[in-house]
Amino acid sequence: MIGTLELGLLYAVMALGVYLTFRVLNFPDLTVDGSFTTGGAVAAILIINGVPPVIATLAACVAGALAGVITGLLYTKGKIDGLLAGILTMIALWSINLRIMGKSNLPLLRTDTLFTPLKDAGILGTFGSVLIILAGVVVLKLLVDWFLSTDLGLAIQATGNNEQMIRSFGVNTDRMTILTLALSNAFVAGCGALISQYQGFADISMGIGLILVGLASVIIGQAIFGHRTVFLATIGVIVGAVLYRIVIFLAISAGLDPNDMKFISAVLVVAALLIPRWGLFKRFQRRRHGAPAVSDATAAVATAAAGVAESAGKGK
Amino acid sequence: MLQITDIKKTFFPGTINERIALAGVSLTLEDGDFVTVIGSNGAGKSTLLNAIAGRFQVDSGAIDIDGKSIRRLPDHARAQYVGRVFQDPMAGTAPDLTIEQNLALALRRGQPRGLAMGVSNARREVFREALEKLDLGLENRLKTLVGLLSGGQRQALSLLMASYTHPRILLLDEHTAALDPARADHVTALTEQVVAEGSLTTLMVTHNMAQAIRVGNRLIMMHEGRIILELDAEQKRRATVEQLLGEFAKIKGAVVDDRTMLQ
Repeated sequence: MIGTLELGLLYAVMALGVYLTFRVLNFPDLTVDGSFTTGGAVAAILIINGVPPVIATLAACVAGALAGVITGLLYTKGKIDGLLAGILTMIALWSINLRIMGKSNLPLLRTDTLFTPLKDAGILGTFGSVLIILAGVVVLKLLVDWFLSTDLGLAIQATGNNEQMIRSFGVNTDRMTILTLALSNAFVAGCGALISQYQGFADISMGIGLILVGLASVIIGQAIFGHRTVFLATIGVIVGAVLYRIVIFLAISAGLDPNDMKFISAVLVVAALLIPRWGLFKRFQRRRHGAPAVSDATAAVATAAAGVAESAGKGK
Repeated sequence: MLQITDIKKTFFPGTINERIALAGVSLTLEDGDFVTVIGSNGAGKSTLLNAIAGRFQVDSGAIDIDGKSIRRLPDHARAQYVGRVFQDPMAGTAPDLTIEQNLALALRRGQPRGLAMGVSNARREVFREALEKLDLGLENRLKTLVGLLSGGQRQALSLLMASYTHPRILLLDEHTAALDPARADHVTALTEQVVAEGSLTTLMVTHNMAQAIRVGNRLIMMHEGRIILELDAEQKRRATVEQLLGEFAKIKGAVVDDRTMLQ
């Protein structure tokens, strides 16, 4: 269970990146599946070759940012549909990731990673390490909050919200799109670097289906905390990422095979997308009948989680 | 000063849908000019504004502001000189951002945007003062999401934002057409106030002939991509709605739309 919390918090870094594109920029960026592995691969190969883990992790972020720039250029300058632009980069990255790694799996067992100090101090796997990781994630969250409230960050938010309007105030929206995709994928690749160090290996398929994990986290978080302010939305993203891991943990404890998790992820995203909408519909009906409106987004997610756990139970 | 020389624009050239939107328009606005634009639907009024704002590149002709050619600049680069209010009240503001955040976006028109706080305490005071002029009580709702405002409030805010940094040219594209009469009057009054205070050079498209005559110091009438009538300040003072309708009637085949007739 502690491991679940640790993993959830680590994946929250990726979810923050997905939040930047999916929610702030309003751009469904599928680069994520590729850039996550790129991050893991770059960090692993550098660490194996004796580069300090901190620098290896930062290098992973830079590699991810480059992947984001490619998708951004395809979308803005190449006028390729956003979904397709992401898919193209993602597929191309598969080959590049293999080139970086040299083989499909890179173990990090006898090397020092970012987590080695925690392991040596005997904190890893205790609430102590959960708190330390939480502190790191909160720092990143506050960085995102701050960035989005600057002049530049507001221009990015407006680009996702009303492109025509912000162009009429002199913002080059293409540049904002590319910048956001770069930042987002830097977060995602940074997360890939963290995960590969945490689990002790980088694998070519570690990023497959990851966009769904990011979306699930963002959508679950939003259902609970809303997106009235960036501050609340980013809290929601972190909580959503952890909740997602807990749901997966419950599903596996209920006897499901880890290979079933992609299916569970898809079901979870569909549920998190649809149930609040039905909830809204109900609320509308109640209002028509004169009863007070009740926000049941939270209940909806609880139902979704219960539903998944239930279907997991049936799968036994 | 805005100088437009013989601009032409054809949409979908060479196809069955080919449409000549601007068939050679020349117009000069001196500093402080407030020109109203009328014309039937499809006369090219909005196309003229879009051509100036840079929504598309014109096929030929010149567009200069203060002697500098802006014809080849993309729309976001022209925004440094040109402020704009759209017909759709939803178009001119970012609905998911707060009133103060929207004003912060407007404040940086044409300037580089860096990592300074968008809404600082000092800026907030400036925003509050600017909003007081709108007389809508918005100065007490700085943290309200703009999407929660009414159409009239959003349009008043759009007007404030477009004119905030005193652009060289202010373009108003039927910005009161989507509002109910009372709100439209309020926004029109605000427009006159904002333009007068900033002595802004303004081009305003309107469907309302009475408004076109009452507001501003010059008037042009467009038809089929051309300016067919120009009234200077003196002629405009003496003009009547009947006279303008008479001019419309002279155009063979011109259809005055219902909204115009009813006014």
